[in-house]
Amino acid sequence: MVTTSITVDDTGFLRLVLARADDALVLGHRLSEWCGHAPILEEDLSLANIALDLIGQARSLYALAGAASGHDEDQLAYLRDDRQYRNLLMLEQPNGDFACTIARLFLYSAYIDPYWRMLATSGSELAPVAAKAAKESAYHLRHSAEWLIRLGDGTAESHRRAQDALERLFPWTGEMFEPLPDDVAVPVAVWDAQVDAVLAEATLARPAPKWQQTGGRAGRHSEHLGHLLAEMQHLQRAFPGATW
Amino acid sequence: MLHQELARRRDPMWRWERPLLREISMYAQGLNQSDPAAVTASPEAARFQARIDAEDKIEPNDWMPEAYRRTLIRQISQHAHSEIIGMLPEGNWITRAPSLRRKAALLAKVQDEGGHGLYLYAAAETLGVTREDLVDQLLAGKAKYSSIFNYPTLTWADIGAIGWLVDGAAIMNQIPLCRCSFGPYARAMIRVCKEESFHQRQGYEIMLTLCRGTAEQKAMAQDALDRWWWPCLMMFGPPDAASQHSDTSMMWKIKRFTNDGLRQKFIDATVPQGHYLGLSFPDPALRLNPESGHWEHGPIDWEEFRRVVAGGGFCAADRLDARRRAHDEGTWVREAAAAFAAKRTARKEAA
Ligand SMILES: [Fe+2]
Ligand SMILES: [Fe+2]
Repeated sequence: MVTTSITVDDTGFLRLVLARADDALVLGHRLSEWCGHAPILEEDLSLANIALDLIGQARSLYALAGAASGHDEDQLAYLRDDRQYRNLLMLEQPNGDFACTIARLFLYSAYIDPYWRMLATSGSELAPVAAKAAKESAYHLRHSAEWLIRLGDGTAESHRRAQDALERLFPWTGEMFEPLPDDVAVPVAVWDAQVDAVLAEATLARPAPKWQQTGGRAGRHSEHLGHLLAEMQHLQRAFPGATW
Repeated sequence: MLHQELARRRDPMWRWERPLLREISMYAQGLNQSDPAAVTASPEAARFQARIDAEDKIEPNDWMPEAYRRTLIRQISQHAHSEIIGMLPEGNWITRAPSLRRKAALLAKVQDEGGHGLYLYAAAETLGVTREDLVDQLLAGKAKYSSIFNYPTLTWADIGAIGWLVDGAAIMNQIPLCRCSFGPYARAMIRVCKEESFHQRQGYEIMLTLCRGTAEQKAMAQDALDRWWWPCLMMFGPPDAASQHSDTSMMWKIKRFTNDGLRQKFIDATVPQGHYLGLSFPDPALRLNPESGHWEHGPIDWEEFRRVVAGGGFCAADRLDARRRAHDEGTWVREAAAAFAAKRTARKEAA
């Protein structure tokens, strides 16, 4: 029996796991787009490392979701449509320039790094995955913070680009703090302190608070996710049921 | 095994803190500029050849004939460029890989190729050139790279075929280079070869999965073999009778086997693997010679080879465009990193 699109009744635990898994997969996919095209060879390797970590996290989480939903990791990744994806809107946005890619990785890592550390000691079913992810996210945070500081305090052009990236990305950051079922909550103040410290060193200004766009957790995405999935899911959709 | 491979992490070193490198290397290039014909007769040249004959490794600070240095710079930098350009055809499928496991493995593989480029540029730099200058030559269209990467990757099976055949051919070429007379190149090759053989097994496993899959998947695998087979045979370079660089390279133990010898080894190793997959080779003349034990092949289209090396073929313009775009769009990033490093140094000195 060939499976085409699937829908998952993701209430409770499944909502939490899929949200975190989709975040990791979608950001990992975006970062993998840089491979072969980065500004310097060392950065081709670093961004690929980070993408590999994130795809690995997604796989561990889909494995847990699979046990609860009866679908394997590839069915969950390749056979859900965008209305079924639960990732943060910020992570599905196109990469933009290098400043935008780095700023997004930083803003997300500044949230997810303390999150994984809290979750690792929470007694949650996700704790083992969180413990491993926390080691990786610490590196992602350090790497992106170092680059943001370099760009902010580099040349006039890099400063302008980094500041533009922050202005563009900040309206998407509020969504990270939307509560998920049975989850630990990273205090906004923890994220604020991390972000403010790095922006100060980078000589960048924190954008003024304005509207916050949400909807990703409920499957209401921007137009970009559909294209990302069309590309990513192409073979699984074109040859239903084949093994790769 | 796969997982261990993926868990590996490479922390790149930063280049920005080496502002003097360019000047140092220009100085080094000014040295040793004597005419190669004149030095072969010199006592240094005789000592040098004696060391090579004794299988001694030549290290960057040792005396070497200028022609030896030039040959190595050309060969190592072409090899490095090939690794970097080689990221593109496979990178073409990272976002479309058909499963999460394949996606991670392909991304790790393309990343490995970038790492090979890094080691090789570093090996070339020990000879008194800079990576920046070598990359400029590539982007200006003045440097060569392996013609195989000017062919397009059209289907997922091409990712299997590249791993199996292109990495397989690369291994045949590179295993003898692990014993190359120039120390840094030989050591880089030892590291590279371990990863290439992992890539080759991974590619073959993709082919095997396709050939054991649906009829459409098997047809995809056959089509990929049909398109990649001849270009892979060309990877070993022109036939020995027409090769410009072979004799001196053999004398210097940069090269240990002839182009035709390596090509034959590759064919002998690969044909049974293809038959095990249940695939056929696009060469009606391919036959096992029972006396020699070697597979004999039909004529190779060297006209196509010359055209593709010279920038013809499907993708040469696309490949260089992609590298130029990455380089140009990254200029402001490299400038920012250099400016930041300079500021930090100035602050340290002021403190
Ligand atoms: Fe390689
Ligand atoms: Fe390889």
